[in-house]
Amino acid sequence: MPGSDDRVGSDGRVAVEVVDLVKRYPKRDVNAVDHLSFAVAAGEIFGLLGPNGAGKSTAVGIMTTRLPATSGAVRLSGVDVLRHPVAARTRLAVVAQRPNLDRALTPRQNLTFHAAYHGMRRAERNARAATLLDEFGLAAQADVKVDWFSGGMAQRLMIARALVHEPDVLFLDEPTTGLDPQARLFVWDRIRDMRERGVTILLTTHDMDEAADLCDRVGIIDHGKLLALDSPAALTRGLDVASLEGVFISLTGKGLR
Amino acid sequence: MTTVDAPVMARAAAPPAVAGRAWRAFRAILWRDLYVTGKEFWVLLVQVALTPLFMLFIFAKVLVNQGSVSPTYGHDLLLPGIVALSAFLTALQGIAFPLIMEFGWTREIEDRLLAPLPTGLVAVEKLVIATLRGLAAALIVYPVGALVLGSAPWRPAGLPLLLVAVLLGAWVGAGIGLTLGAIVPAGRITILFAVVVTPLLFTGATQYAWPLLNGIRWFQVVTAANPLTYCAETVRAAMVPAVPHIRPGVSVAVLLAAAAVFTGAGLITFGRRAAS
Repeated sequence: MPGSDDRVGSDGRVAVEVVDLVKRYPKRDVNAVDHLSFAVAAGEIFGLLGPNGAGKSTAVGIMTTRLPATSGAVRLSGVDVLRHPVAARTRLAVVAQRPNLDRALTPRQNLTFHAAYHGMRRAERNARAATLLDEFGLAAQADVKVDWFSGGMAQRLMIARALVHEPDVLFLDEPTTGLDPQARLFVWDRIRDMRERGVTILLTTHDMDEAADLCDRVGIIDHGKLLALDSPAALTRGLDVASLEGVFISLTGKGLR
Repeated sequence: MTTVDAPVMARAAAPPAVAGRAWRAFRAILWRDLYVTGKEFWVLLVQVALTPLFMLFIFAKVLVNQGSVSPTYGHDLLLPGIVALSAFLTALQGIAFPLIMEFGWTREIEDRLLAPLPTGLVAVEKLVIATLRGLAAALIVYPVGALVLGSAPWRPAGLPLLLVAVLLGAWVGAGIGLTLGAIVPAGRITILFAVVVTPLLFTGATQYAWPLLNGIRWFQVVTAANPLTYCAETVRAAMVPAVPHIRPGVSVAVLLAAAAVFTGAGLITFGRRAAS
């Protein structure tokens, strides 16, 4: 079983630390997250992989303050997420799998109001919104209705919104599911850009090529437990399989969930 | 497993620096809702004014003209009841329907739930904005009603009690709306109208005075269970005290208790739904 303190960033910082995390939903016999421990280095792209129902979303829900834990600890940039969720929210951002944009607001207002929620002043939030809209290729459609956006545009806007308050850690839940190849490549490039800026990224995905291509390390979980944690290349080598998908199948089996 | 979820969250005590951030986030979320309400003010106007306008016109104009009801019915009974109804139902609907949608498939509320403030404060903000909408509704309906009827009760000495009645009525409506908005799934939104809004509308003593229901005792008991009854009775006590009404002290006490109960229930259900 991989340890929880086996990885720190080049500057020695740990961005996310999950220690013996347990989550059991009411009226269930088994833990959805079962004594999960791992650490993500500052500036790392970390992939959390697992079959449907493996406990990924529950673990991410706890790490992002949206779900209470049963026991264990999560520290995010040194902040205890379970004890200080409000402080943790200033340092993290989440891009959900489904578009959850505020449809009562325009794309630009989605960014400026998000900035206001995070305490940015008017001039600062307007400038930040303009920069991000430009960077994500949305400046020309910044003041239309969000409903008019395609899936790819909505995904770009959600990532832009997540970056408004300059989080230390960005959680991406299946960031390219349902996107066309061009939009997927665009999102991948932005994810690499974010890493260059020092943002730590924790993503979940079912796309093994995406995980192998983007992630510095991946953790594979099933039944709430961590089964393996290493770089995609090391995992592939270690199990003597041709690809990360081979690693995934050999660890989690071929059966449907 | 020996530990439970709640204590883990309950231990959370925000560091001092976070309090200022939470207050700024609260104001920004409030501003978001005020902005959206202002942008769609005509929707609020239609929602608030249309039903009361028709009710007043039919019950206090058409039926009076036909001799079916007393000429003073609109002035003494219906208009004060409609003012109470508008505050109560506008607050209820103004929080329940948007919340059902925001908690629905799109989870639009997520960005606000992830803002740096306690989840409970997001619910409190919803209560504040819905109560304000309820107050605005009463302010709009009163002159609209006067226009339809050609006159309206005016009693300056009763204005403080009127304000208390409308404020508490809107608060209770908001509390019920918050509770329902967090419980009812988006697919069941029509049931909310049929099962909740319609019974509240007709059992709230808005079209009749509660003390005069002596002849239909069972219905008097039913209406006593509706908080709207006490709002309508207090509005009548303030505007037309000559009409038989429940003592304002009793009505205000019941409204305060109902506000506390539904605010508590709303905060709990909102918290549970936010963490689902």
